Amino acid sequence: MTALLPRRGLAQILALIVILAVDRAVSPQFFDLRLQDGRLFGSLIDVLNRGTPVALLSLGMVLVIATRGIDLSVGAVMAISGAIAASLADSHGLPIVLAAALGAGLLCGLWNGFLVSVLGMQPIVATLILMVAGRGIAQLITEGRIVTFSSPDLVWLGNGAVLGVPVPVAIALGMLILTGAVVRGSALGLLIEATGGNARASELAGVGTRAMIMAVYVWCSICAALAGVIAAADIMGADANNAGLWLELDAILAVVIGGTSLFGGRFSLVLAVLGALIIQTMNTGILLSGYPPEFNLLVKAVVVLAVLLLQSPKLSGFGSIVARLRRTKA
Amino acid sequence: MENSLDPAPPLLEVCGISKSFGAVRALQEVDFTLRAGEIHALLGENGAGKSTLIKVITGVFPRDGGIVRLGGEEVAPRSAKAALQAGIATVYQEVNLLPNLSVAQNLFLDRQPMRFGIVREAEMRRRAKALLAGFGLDIDVAAPLGSYSVAVQHVTAIARAVDLSARVLILDEPTASLDRHEVDILFGIMRQLAGRGIGIVFVSHFLDQVYEISDRITVLRNGRLVGERETASLPRLELIRMMLGRELAETTSERASAGEHKAREVCASFENYGKAGYVAPFNLELRHGEVVGLAGLLGSGRTETARLVFGAERADRGQAKVEGASVRLQTPRDGVRLGFGYCPEERKTDGIVADLTVRENIVLALQAKRGLYLPLSRREQDEIARRYIKMLDIRPADPERPVGLLSGGNQQKVLLARWLATSPRLLVLDEPTRGIDVGAHAEIIRLIRELCDDGLALLVISSELDEIVTYSDRVVVLRDRAHVDELTGEAIDVSNILAAIAADGATVAHEGRA
Repeated sequence: MTALLPRRGLAQILALIVILAVDRAVSPQFFDLRLQDGRLFGSLIDVLNRGTPVALLSLGMVLVIATRGIDLSVGAVMAISGAIAASLADSHGLPIVLAAALGAGLLCGLWNGFLVSVLGMQPIVATLILMVAGRGIAQLITEGRIVTFSSPDLVWLGNGAVLGVPVPVAIALGMLILTGAVVRGSALGLLIEATGGNARASELAGVGTRAMIMAVYVWCSICAALAGVIAAADIMGADANNAGLWLELDAILAVVIGGTSLFGGRFSLVLAVLGALIIQTMNTGILLSGYPPEFNLLVKAVVVLAVLLLQSPKLSGFGSIVARLRRTKA
Repeated sequence: MENSLDPAPPLLEVCGISKSFGAVRALQEVDFTLRAGEIHALLGENGAGKSTLIKVITGVFPRDGGIVRLGGEEVAPRSAKAALQAGIATVYQEVNLLPNLSVAQNLFLDRQPMRFGIVREAEMRRRAKALLAGFGLDIDVAAPLGSYSVAVQHVTAIARAVDLSARVLILDEPTASLDRHEVDILFGIMRQLAGRGIGIVFVSHFLDQVYEISDRITVLRNGRLVGERETASLPRLELIRMMLGRELAETTSERASAGEHKAREVCASFENYGKAGYVAPFNLELRHGEVVGLAGLLGSGRTETARLVFGAERADRGQAKVEGASVRLQTPRDGVRLGFGYCPEERKTDGIVADLTVRENIVLALQAKRGLYLPLSRREQDEIARRYIKMLDIRPADPERPVGLLSGGNQQKVLLARWLATSPRLLVLDEPTRGIDVGAHAEIIRLIRELCDDGLALLVISSELDEIVTYSDRVVVLRDRAHVDELTGEAIDVSNILAAIAADGATVAHEGRA
């Protein structure tokens, strides 16, 4: 696990602790947990549960960003997979529903990967296409309505519990472990970091940079499709207009808070998920504090700024100067 | 601090400069003085601290201790821009101007002549033309800077610096990518500027040029000052000893006798191999235990040949064979699978992955060759990195240091290590000694011979003909994107190569510093 959590995670962990402390201050019951009907309840569980979609998105997004790319289409992919899952839920079994929704995600990923790695389009433009078109596709699937369902299997995916842990949280954790195992257990992690660090040099060293780029976009879309299914299962319906709306930005934010540079190269899966949790902890805290949710965006911006300042090399240079001044005075 | 023996007070005086990066002491109590109107060479091996000293003087790095005086007054610039305003200008090896803007715009960037808030283009062009005329350059100043040769770009950068009332001009490896004629022009300009009382710091690896142009020499080694001498009274051997701290190992090694290579087995062969508009079709045989040198002027098709041989470029005709069997060679991946390796000329953009560690850079090609599903364990990676760090004497010997923080020579060794780790049958080296100091230079040449003795086939490009002559068993000469001659055995010497390059009445503008 040391490979998953590098030494540089300190700023993120500190930030999370500070925000948790603030949440505890505005809501004294914040850390209370209770077990009811075989499922844990409490604000902390809410944070994990609500944070699941962005956490899943950030798992894929961090790999894309590590190759020096970006995927703006994840919110739209969520809408597509949610619409497919909701439309099929009452007529088909869960395996088919999941296969169809994730299969759609796979296709979306292949499309993005094709545009970026084969046609060489700029990632931000290439994924913008699906970001716009994807929501249209989702609306075509739902025929412009909000599709609801009552299939207990799919509802369980959003609201059930495994050993007391909400199913979405268990899925996100499982995906983190799976992604970590695939990326760090194979040579994928190194080759992705090399591709993002210097694609030309990596290609000359024999790295299949196109395959790397294709793989990360596919994985990113599959993660997004899974997030879409969970989001739909949670509300027992699919709203093509609003499912996953703006979540691509939260996912990018989570990755950046997690310390992965938008210029590619080094990445950390765990810290990206931690970034998603930081965002959700803030959201929940603001809701609990009773402030109007409008404050959410403002507070989010301030916290993001704080985390980025902590990571900034200029500032750490400043810190060492302060330290040296203290030493000379002492 | 005035030295009473100095006839003139120093223009730039640096006393006791120290600088550390973490635990690494890059500079320790370094002194340096520059007189007005002198050309002062700053020499040292890679990692000696030349670049760090320049960056500390110009405020790019904050210094840990010491004083910088300019014209007797203490200065402490906090950025390259502040240094420029104080009168210290630096022109780096990679010209840092904007290639997409015109020459005139580059010269007057940030200080365009304005009227009513609008740039006076005509006025700017007129002044740019006049300015460059003073440097003996008559070019269209409205054309983008990038459309001109590196030499013109250098002169433009120098002109800009001097026009910004620089009193001290620091030239960091200005001649690395210039041909002999361009070097002469640059030296003429340097002498002219020195005559106007500007102090010039000249950083270079080319000792011939240092002796040709400089008045005094300061040598650094491992972040410390070794000494400051008058160029005229410093024998070359003594200078090299100062730089290396040891006697230079003999770089020349006797070549294999002419008949011997005939017996060697063919490793890879290329028949009628070429690509339209890239390199004319050529025949090339590369044998085990043999070094083939590629000689020719810049743009003669040397790098293009290397890229075709490795698979970085796709040939549109001809047949490639490895150990006698026809092979598919269309991508670098194919080349790597066939056991080829390629160290490109542009180390920074095509070679290293700067953010990754020395260890990761070394194992990259081997890992790519093994594929995704056979990851090297951390222990194997550590072992490979340690082995090659030791074998090639990579410094600092820290496998976890990002490779971008290493000096050029050590980055080159990391690239060599990357390929050696794949146990290649053929290595293609494009300018392996470019931008590398004397010590590492000799080491790399020694390595080339050693690898060859181990049975590797080598294809080496170099602009330095002395060097090619030293290690090649055969020399292929290129001209105008075609292979025009092949020299073997006793026929390999500088004058024969020059004659082959110059045949057909082509001008002998022998590139480089041979």
